[in-house]
Amino acid sequence: MSILNLFKVAIRAIFSNKFRSFLSMLGIIIGVAAVIIMMAIGQGSKESVRANLSQMGTNVITIRPGAETRGGVRQDPSAMQTLKQKDYELIERNKKYVTYVSPEVTSSGQAIYGANNTTTSLYGAGLDYLNIRLWKIEDGTFFTEDDIRKSSKVCVVGKTVVNELFPDGGDPVGKTIRFKSIPLRIVGILKSKGYNSWGMDQDNVMISPYTTVMKRILAQTYYSSINCSAITEELTDDAIAELTNILRESHELKGEAVDDFTIRSQQEMMETMSSTMDTITIILVVAAAFSLLVAGIGIMNIMLVSVTERTKEIGLRMSVGARGLDISNQFLIESILISLTGGVLGVLVGWLGTLLCSSFGLPATIPLWSILVSFAVCTLIGVGFGYFPAQKAARMDPIEAIRYE
Amino acid sequence: MDDKRKVVIELQNVKRYFKVGNEIVKALRGITFKIYEGEFVTIQGTSGSGKSTLLNQLGCLDTPTEGEYYLDGTPVRKMSKSQRAKLRNRKIGFVFQSYNLLPKTTAVENVELPLMYNKKYNASQRRAAAIKALQAVGLGDRLEHKSNQMSGGQMQRVAIARALVNDPAVVLADEATGNLDTRTSFEMLVLFQKLHAEGRTIIFVTHNPEIAQYSSRNINLRDGKVREDTINTNILSAADALASLPIPQDD
Ligand SMILES: Nc1ncnc2c1ncn2[C@@H]1O[C@H](COP(=O)(O)OP(=O)(O)OP(=O)(O)O)[C@@H](O)[C@H]1O
Ligand SMILES: [Mg+2]
Repeated sequence: MSILNLFKVAIRAIFSNKFRSFLSMLGIIIGVAAVIIMMAIGQGSKESVRANLSQMGTNVITIRPGAETRGGVRQDPSAMQTLKQKDYELIERNKKYVTYVSPEVTSSGQAIYGANNTTTSLYGAGLDYLNIRLWKIEDGTFFTEDDIRKSSKVCVVGKTVVNELFPDGGDPVGKTIRFKSIPLRIVGILKSKGYNSWGMDQDNVMISPYTTVMKRILAQTYYSSINCSAITEELTDDAIAELTNILRESHELKGEAVDDFTIRSQQEMMETMSSTMDTITIILVVAAAFSLLVAGIGIMNIMLVSVTERTKEIGLRMSVGARGLDISNQFLIESILISLTGGVLGVLVGWLGTLLCSSFGLPATIPLWSILVSFAVCTLIGVGFGYFPAQKAARMDPIEAIRYE
Repeated sequence: MDDKRKVVIELQNVKRYFKVGNEIVKALRGITFKIYEGEFVTIQGTSGSGKSTLLNQLGCLDTPTEGEYYLDGTPVRKMSKSQRAKLRNRKIGFVFQSYNLLPKTTAVENVELPLMYNKKYNASQRRAAAIKALQAVGLGDRLEHKSNQMSGGQMQRVAIARALVNDPAVVLADEATGNLDTRTSFEMLVLFQKLHAEGRTIIFVTHNPEIAQYSSRNINLRDGKVREDTINTNILSAADALASLPIPQDD
């Protein structure tokens, strides 16, 4: 029989059992929709993480104390105190692939102004810090070279800290707040960055000269990290090599000696992030794909019922000249149609679901290829799970089939 | 016998055995005959004598355990399944006791069915052939009626049209009047006699001995063998018989 006629026969069979056909489609619809939504969420979160990371500077390089940890080996606390003033100065003097350098120390605790208080993080940083982390000053100024030299008790604050400590408005610049009972005069306010994709409030920060934080608050002589930025994103690897050389020399590491510091680039971070997100997406999609498998079994079940019900029809078709191939094609096309229609509806439902996710603030974008893959998978399901029932029909004996009641 | 006529069917010592458990059922025990073009043959015999088994052989739905069957000169026994399907499609028209129309399908579509499996026909040729066949059985005014909107007699006419639509070498009918009342049965006989007059070869299996009088030849089976094979020289007219039947009274 011609393909066109096979399609007509299949459509008629599907429509003569509308409800049953719909039920067997339902499994496919749910399965495909689930896969599409999972992929969309995976893709969407990946994009938003990337956007967030690039907001933090794509050419950022972070140097941390201590060797790269492998296999959970604990490091001596003294190994975490290797980054010092000398390293910073050597980098400043010798850098070629690096534009900006800033030490970083952190402390978290309570900031108080009058009757208001809030828990926040205080970063001790150098002058280049804003350029490396892509912060902007909205109001006032950043602290100066002079402030760093003198360990001045000044700070710039993020929007959240402003809102918490100055709920009644008024200009915070020039006011003195306390952080861990050290008075710090506000000289500037940071432009808001909002939340990042982990739900962390990036505006809940204070930044002071690193000298101030080290001497007056933490009473330590080492940095928790050194932040740099490569000239361009492409030169990140050269910058890392350069920094490694400078630090090995500074720390007098020779020959086989292992680095007592770790250098990470934002690029690496992004890649690690992406691959973690990919793994999560794959797990979710595989889970959703299992529902497609179940749906396929549902279709097989319905097709077997349909073949048995239409035994007499099969016998008749055979007696007027249908070959086994004609019969098996007829049922195969029927099962492909069911699963493909289910697939189309599933993509539609998945698309609506994705819109719904987006409207709830969950980042989700449907990758085009996931739609194509869905259609391909549905066709495969139709053929795969329709094959056995179709063969059963094709192998029937015409004499017995036509006598079947 | 006039041997210049064309042989449509030739059976040479055809046997058909069925294995049922450990036993072997011998449904046909060696049947030999020729059927010529234009004959109207009735096959009779007691229940279980092998009539249906024989008809399945003639219709290429089944193959002999032993012996050879030539349909229109073609040996059937060694054919593959799909070759036999093609042979059924081109050379045979089947009429079944229980009509076997596709449900919820119009008369024309039912009659078109065999041509669906013949690539030589396109859609318009199919339809034209189906309409011609339906007109030949007197259903020219019921083309678009669905099978469930028709009487038994009308359904059997559609089935006969379907058997004729591929212009077969032979029309096979198994108890084609078995489900119909006397009057409608005679209407069918009139139709078969008309087809016979037009030169069709017809083989008609029936329980009813009366029907033999309206055919040109009668083969009687017993225990899977031909018991009697007689030529009927005095063929009665089914139309006359139909006219003499009492007119049914409407209550
Ligand atoms: N598929 C089969 N398997 C086993 N035995 C069979 C099969 N088909 C027919 N037979 C046997 O072959 C014999 C002939 O059967 P067949 O159906 O040809 O009889 P019949 O003359 O058509 O009878 P009826 O008038 O009742 O229709 C019977 O004994 C039957 O039991
Ligand atoms: Mg029988």
